[in-house]
Amino acid sequence: MLKSTIKQSIIGVGIAVSMLFSTAAVAEETIKVGILHSLSGTMAISETTLKDTMLMLIDEQNKKGGLLGMKLEAVVVDPASNWPLFAEKARELIQKEKVDAVFGCWTSVSRKSVLPVFEELNSLLFYPVQYEGEESSKNVFYTGAAPNQQAIPAVDYLMNDLGVKRWVLAGTDYVYPRTTNKILEAYLKSKGVAKEDIMINYTPFGHSDWQTIVADIKKFGAAGKKTAVVSTINGDANVPFYKELGNQGVSAEEIPVIAFSVGEEELSGIDTKPLVGHLAAWNYFMSVDAEVNDSFIEAWQAFTKDDKRVSNDPMEAHYIGFNMWVEAVKKAGTTEAGAVQDAIIGVTVPNLSGGFSAMMPNHHVTKPVLIGEIQDDGQFEIVWEISGLVAGDAWSDYLEGSKDIISDWRAPLSCGNYNVRTAKCSGQNIE
Amino acid sequence: MTRIFFIITLLLSFVNPLQADTASDFDSALQLLKQKNYALKSDAIKTIAASGNPQARAVLDAMLNGGLFIRKKEKDLVFAQKRGSNYQLTAVLSGEDLGQLKKRKLKKVGINNTLRGELRSALALLSLNNPDPEKRLEAVNNMLGNIDAGRAATLRDSLENESDSSVQEVMRLGIALSDITSDDINTRKRAITVLHGNLHPTAWNSLTTLMAKEMDDGARNAAKEALHSIDVKRQMSSIAETLFFGISLGSVLVLAAIGLAITFGVMGVINMAHGELIMLGAYTTYLVQVIMPDNPGTALLLSIPLAFVVSGGVGILIERGVIRFLYGRPLETLLATFGVSLILQQLVRVVISPQNVPVTNPEWMSGSIEINSVLSLTLNRLYIIAFCLLVFAALFFILKKTSLGLQVRAVAQNRAMARAMGVRSERVDALTFGLGSGIAGIAGVALSQLTNVGPNLGQSYTIDSFMVVVFGGVGNLWGTLVAGMTLGIANKVMEPWAGAVLAKILILVFIILFIQKRPRGLFPQKGRAAEG
Repeated sequence: MLKSTIKQSIIGVGIAVSMLFSTAAVAEETIKVGILHSLSGTMAISETTLKDTMLMLIDEQNKKGGLLGMKLEAVVVDPASNWPLFAEKARELIQKEKVDAVFGCWTSVSRKSVLPVFEELNSLLFYPVQYEGEESSKNVFYTGAAPNQQAIPAVDYLMNDLGVKRWVLAGTDYVYPRTTNKILEAYLKSKGVAKEDIMINYTPFGHSDWQTIVADIKKFGAAGKKTAVVSTINGDANVPFYKELGNQGVSAEEIPVIAFSVGEEELSGIDTKPLVGHLAAWNYFMSVDAEVNDSFIEAWQAFTKDDKRVSNDPMEAHYIGFNMWVEAVKKAGTTEAGAVQDAIIGVTVPNLSGGFSAMMPNHHVTKPVLIGEIQDDGQFEIVWEISGLVAGDAWSDYLEGSKDIISDWRAPLSCGNYNVRTAKCSGQNIE
Repeated sequence: MTRIFFIITLLLSFVNPLQADTASDFDSALQLLKQKNYALKSDAIKTIAASGNPQARAVLDAMLNGGLFIRKKEKDLVFAQKRGSNYQLTAVLSGEDLGQLKKRKLKKVGINNTLRGELRSALALLSLNNPDPEKRLEAVNNMLGNIDAGRAATLRDSLENESDSSVQEVMRLGIALSDITSDDINTRKRAITVLHGNLHPTAWNSLTTLMAKEMDDGARNAAKEALHSIDVKRQMSSIAETLFFGISLGSVLVLAAIGLAITFGVMGVINMAHGELIMLGAYTTYLVQVIMPDNPGTALLLSIPLAFVVSGGVGILIERGVIRFLYGRPLETLLATFGVSLILQQLVRVVISPQNVPVTNPEWMSGSIEINSVLSLTLNRLYIIAFCLLVFAALFFILKKTSLGLQVRAVAQNRAMARAMGVRSERVDALTFGLGSGIAGIAGVALSQLTNVGPNLGQSYTIDSFMVVVFGGVGNLWGTLVAGMTLGIANKVMEPWAGAVLAKILILVFIILFIQKRPRGLFPQKGRAAEG
């Protein structure tokens, strides 16, 4: 591990040096937008796409005449999948580049790393990925799903529509899967699932030998009760996991796997024939039948000059987040952080599934919840859709210590961590 | 003439009602398939399966395999097959050729897991009379999940005409699964005897359900015995399975480490770029597959020698360009090769892509061999084990039986003396390093079938390889083989109760302790060579 950190920081320094030269000359007055996504390292597979998405959105906004009469300018940095480097790069963006808002981060650990920087310098971060909740910061806008917008509805679907009685919670060993599984375990137990019907398993990042775990899942599922796997496995470890499922003949009809981190982008690297029927829960799928989605995909494929390029859920989150920021800046008439924070609450913009998403006072957004089955062409067939929209809940209702806490950033409360029982704002924005 | 025609029409109108009825059922069911609602589609599937229409099979089959589409403009159902970027269409009822259409003009008839299960069961009933015994076996297996008295009766009828013994066996299991819920005690007892020792999960489950409510003591005892026999068999299978997993993990470790066993073990070079040489082999596989996308199997076989040449060539370059100036200075070698590994990684990022690349598994490497219902050996792992042993044998042969091998061993044992005997030690150094690197490339080909191919592929394997070589004893091929297998099996034995993360930590702790006790590994070199 030490070795990879050394490697990454060497690469990071190299890129930082090259950045110094490339962003030297800026002439006219612009509004700067920071993009903080890893372009190298393990997370590059997912985050590079988001950088491109932001470039496209900024490009389109400029074609529409920019914002407040000025052009938008993207400032791209590469934190190289190195969590401490995220904080350094965030500081560089805000202090040196003087950006007005930052769009970035993927893993929760990178978000936790930059959070103090954004709070200290009072800047804005739009975070586009589904995450574990238990956090609400004045300076962060969570445009991805909270657990109640993804994990809980997905479990409800399995329980009610598929009659699942036995649960495998499999995840990568870090904060998002651990917290999500803690919430899910509490939720399942509240629904009367016995302890021996829940199996929890963690694996390291990039795990590649799934033989034993898949064999265990197979045995666990052979006990006569309908079994499902809830997967919070993250990153490229998914590819060998699904391959092993296919090879050991675990079919989706016997033991469906529902994933929270596998989207079109991740599937584009593998042969999906053995995976047909496995599930994923998201707030957006590329296959969503909506005109706004069709035109977004068309613009995206034209922008990347690749007519096979796929779109995915975090991209939609950036689409929503960016448009909300644009609307809020227009409303406030300035890009100043405090004014935008006040203006953005209640802002409603179209999402890509044909509806509208609104920014809630707890800095989370309202979203539809969709469940899709993997098809042999790497796309998802939507098999279930929640009626109406779900508002993101920062503090889970199923965890002790978090169920009494609410978040509301409107005056007079202005608190991300308000305990309704003790009527105290702890001021602590994270767990 | 008119009269005859009239009479025929009249006759037909008497004969036809029944037929016309099922036909229109079939047609209206087809209409239902266009709906989005899955419950409606499910009804439609049942109607189609029961209609007896000759097209029923084809429709259900196409639906299951994603070959049934709706034309957006005409709003009718068509069979569609991919032809390049377009789809070749055939009308469902007439079988008429409808030309080609773009994907965007078509909408697939979507199915979900429940429908998929229903389709399989429906098709299973339709294929019980299929002439191919494998199809029949699959059909009966598909029925086992939801067996009822009606299906059991169908099975009983088919059993009489069944000639294939393995199909017969599964049919008997299916009948027993239904019989065990019967009210007649003797039927139940007979069913228990059939289920005795049967490893299919449904057998165990139905026996446990029976145990919970059975009143008759004799039947209870029989069921208990039957369950015990299943448990014993399961235990055996589980041991065999763990052993197989261990050997397969071990063979991966050996493959990754065996190249290092030469460069580090024989030459004493600490090569931190070893993992990147493996990565280059994996990327070679990817590139060969890109060149010949239609033949992943041939591409894979072809990439074995190619990867050897590519990685071996890069290895020789590294040796000639960097390492030869640093012989006898292990620290500098370590740093320099670490730098080389960074350069190679970044090279791949820049030239190919910073993201992982897809490497396809050929058909013959997917799937598994089923030994029994609970034990199946995955094919790709079996191939890797065989491949590992093959590479090991080949390397062993080269070192022991060829003149290059003789020279390599001579230089490793005593450089000065070997040179005095006329061995060109510089050339031997380059070739040895090339050989070790080439083997690393071959390992990359194998690994591309198991794991993600990306710029970071090599990182973890460098450490694993050093672990295996040091544990096995530096400079000893057999040590590498035994060490890799031992570590693999130990890891897999511990994994079920310790978890994947802890198992790996325990292994590392064990190796540290072992090296404290025996610094020269499992098979230390003996004699004067050990000092050099």
